[in-house]
Amino acid sequence: MIKAIIDGYEINVEPGTTILDAAKKVQINIPTLCYHPDLPATAACGICIVKVKSAMGERILRACCTPVEEGMEIITNDPEVIVIRQNVLQLILSNHPNECLECERSGSCELQQLAWEFGMKSRYFENIYKKVDEDDSTRIIILHPEKCIKCGRCLEVCQKMQNVWALSFLDRGIETRFAPAGDIDDVSLDDSPCIRCGQCAEHCPVGAIIVLDQTKVVWDALRDKQKYCVVQIAPSVRAAIGESFGYEPGTILTGKLYSALRRLGFKAVFDTNFSADVTIIEEANEFVERFVHEKKELPLITTCCPSWVDFMEKHHPDMIPNFSSCKSPQQIMGALSKTYYADKMGIAPENIFMVSIMPCTSKKFEITRSMEMFSSGHRDVDVVLTTRELARMIKQTGLDFAKLEDAEPDHILSDYSGAGTIFGSTGGVMEAALRTAYNLITKKELDNVDFEQVRGLEGIKETTVNIEGTEVRVCAAHGLANVETIINRIREAKENGEELPYHFVEVMACKGGCIGGGGQPYGVGISNEIRLKRMKGLYDDDKNSAKRCSHNNPYIIKLYEDFVKDPLGETAERYFHTSYRERVTYKK
Amino acid sequence: MLTMKDLPEKLISFIQTWKEKEGNLIMIFHEIQNHFGYVPRSIAFELSEILDVPVARIYEVLTFYSQFKLEPPGKYIISVCMGTACYLKGAPGLIEELEDMLNIKQGQSTEDGLFEIQSVRCIGCCSAAPVLTVNDDVYTKVEKSGLKDIIKEYMNREKAESNKAQVTSK
Ligand code: SF4
Ligand code: SF4
Ligand code: SF4
Ligand code: FES
Ligand code: FES
Repeated sequence: MIKAIIDGYEINVEPGTTILDAAKKVQINIPTLCYHPDLPATAACGICIVKVKSAMGERILRACCTPVEEGMEIITNDPEVIVIRQNVLQLILSNHPNECLECERSGSCELQQLAWEFGMKSRYFENIYKKVDEDDSTRIIILHPEKCIKCGRCLEVCQKMQNVWALSFLDRGIETRFAPAGDIDDVSLDDSPCIRCGQCAEHCPVGAIIVLDQTKVVWDALRDKQKYCVVQIAPSVRAAIGESFGYEPGTILTGKLYSALRRLGFKAVFDTNFSADVTIIEEANEFVERFVHEKKELPLITTCCPSWVDFMEKHHPDMIPNFSSCKSPQQIMGALSKTYYADKMGIAPENIFMVSIMPCTSKKFEITRSMEMFSSGHRDVDVVLTTRELARMIKQTGLDFAKLEDAEPDHILSDYSGAGTIFGSTGGVMEAALRTAYNLITKKELDNVDFEQVRGLEGIKETTVNIEGTEVRVCAAHGLANVETIINRIREAKENGEELPYHFVEVMACKGGCIGGGGQPYGVGISNEIRLKRMKGLYDDDKNSAKRCSHNNPYIIKLYEDFVKDPLGETAERYFHTSYRERVTYKK
Repeated sequence: MLTMKDLPEKLISFIQTWKEKEGNLIMIFHEIQNHFGYVPRSIAFELSEILDVPVARIYEVLTFYSQFKLEPPGKYIISVCMGTACYLKGAPGLIEELEDMLNIKQGQSTEDGLFEIQSVRCIGCCSAAPVLTVNDDVYTKVEKSGLKDIIKEYMNREKAESNKAQVTSK
């Protein structure tokens, strides 16, 4: 242990602890701008400076990247420190537009917050900020380079956490800008390998990377008398939306969400957890086809994450045969609403307007990613809103969310098993599929449906499951940088004709899975602490569910009897399955 | 499109020897630029594969060092002296005027590949400042109003050359 003094308080910390973390132990939050708990410190901004007295005399050091040393005397706050921090802010503000009112991040911007805390009312430096064109080429992730404070977070995220390398810092000095790797004419984000995961936006401290807001499209549809608006909510939304209304992360608010959506004017409220159960029925059957009947190659790789699908199509097209053909729960729900539901209710499918509420930015891309997303004869899903956009709509209406009574969904496409709800977490799809695959293979039920080994935040989680004497090797990876290792292992085994390292692989692009998606509330900023709380919310929801396995969900059983008939059968094939193709990484 | 196949044997083996070494990107780009006069995008993509370095990293390096050019150089390189004397005598204005006239920025070349503007340090003719050169030709005491004629001269020269080429090919 290392002993030091922070603002007069003695602290004892593990070697390697930064001043920033040590100060938290004595209830001091040193301000940060470039530092993010998910990422290595880049030490780019200088807002976190503190005074340090030691044998080497007095120095001004950056708290985010300086480890505490024995006997250090640290001053985190005195008039001089405050002035230095104000100067740092002055410099940043001199190259920043004053557009807070019209900025997407107003109210959740870390720079705006600090400017208020440090009372930045006047400016010493001339404003040298230059207007730069926005890049809205992806029509999802929008870049506003002129708002960038060059903290480097998005690059760490896109390059290291996601291994996508869509963004880079080009040029140097005052000319430095973040953009896709381009020639003289910049390459737009849509021309780049970007997979639209939105993690850069989730980590950007300011409004330099934002996500397209489509609330107006949905308001217009809700007010259109011709349209019959229906809505679905994804697993992870219920565990995070509360953060926009003062709840602890991980509070499950399904009933209030149903209620709010009805109050917004949706004619029917569905739950994506239900279609997640459908995905499991199809995917578990697909697994059994491959594993027991050896109809196609193993391992089977999950495909409910459109960012992952995009990544694989761009970088690992040789793995296409291993990809599950099963669509994601969002798309299955879309197709069901415009076929099965439309038919039951006697509504013309062209009048149904399906809105999905997703934790995800990439889901906005998924709805048009191939012709198969129009399986009902129409766009199966019309618009995708993120959790943040829904929170905004609720706030616009003035609804007092916390006081809403719980409401019921439309049961025909809503009641879910515990397996459906854990889809939102890394490992959840795998766990849900194993519960049903076990039953399909053995015709028995598991005594214990909890697969603890695939839960949690470890980047790659591996385990073996014993199904009637046969070992099934499974693996769940999240954060795309972790996927490379797994894909390489599989590829090597395939090439050398060796035994496969896995039979079943789950991938989610975002760290923690969809609970940590790019469309979730900004709140106090994403971190592992928040991811774990949201995950716990979903696993508790699972534990409290009457049915824990998709195949035991009575509404699923009825759907198959009434409509689908056989898993992987003709109807299922038409509405629930898709295909993949190789794509280029750079269009330019 | 240019590919690695357009590189001489020597350069390919140079890349192979530098493949694993620290700081290899800069060395390799340097040689590529010496060969082509710039680093073509198609080559950058191929290098990304060969060196197992993301395209994004390649461009971070290429754009960080101003020595690297990403476009084919212009046939006539207009170098405006930005040394102290020339600077004081109005060189910045000359650059601006040229940029407007040719519709390019410093370091870029015109769409037809004919002209390129760059700024250089003192070229030792301070008494005749401001000075600019077009390839090997030196122009002294240049005024903004004279720029047009200088450009015209090279356009005419170009026209004459292409006429001659046509005649001989007939
Ligand atoms: S959305 Fe994801 S892939 Fe695209 S630039 Fe951002 S972090 Fe990179
Ligand atoms: S875009 Fe945002 S995250 Fe990226 S460097 Fe700029 S301020 Fe930081
Ligand atoms: S992990 Fe989930 S939230 Fe993230 S991109 Fe994939 S589907 Fe979207
Ligand atoms: S937060 Fe420490 S340098 Fe930016
Ligand atoms: S300063 Fe231009 S020639 Fe010396």
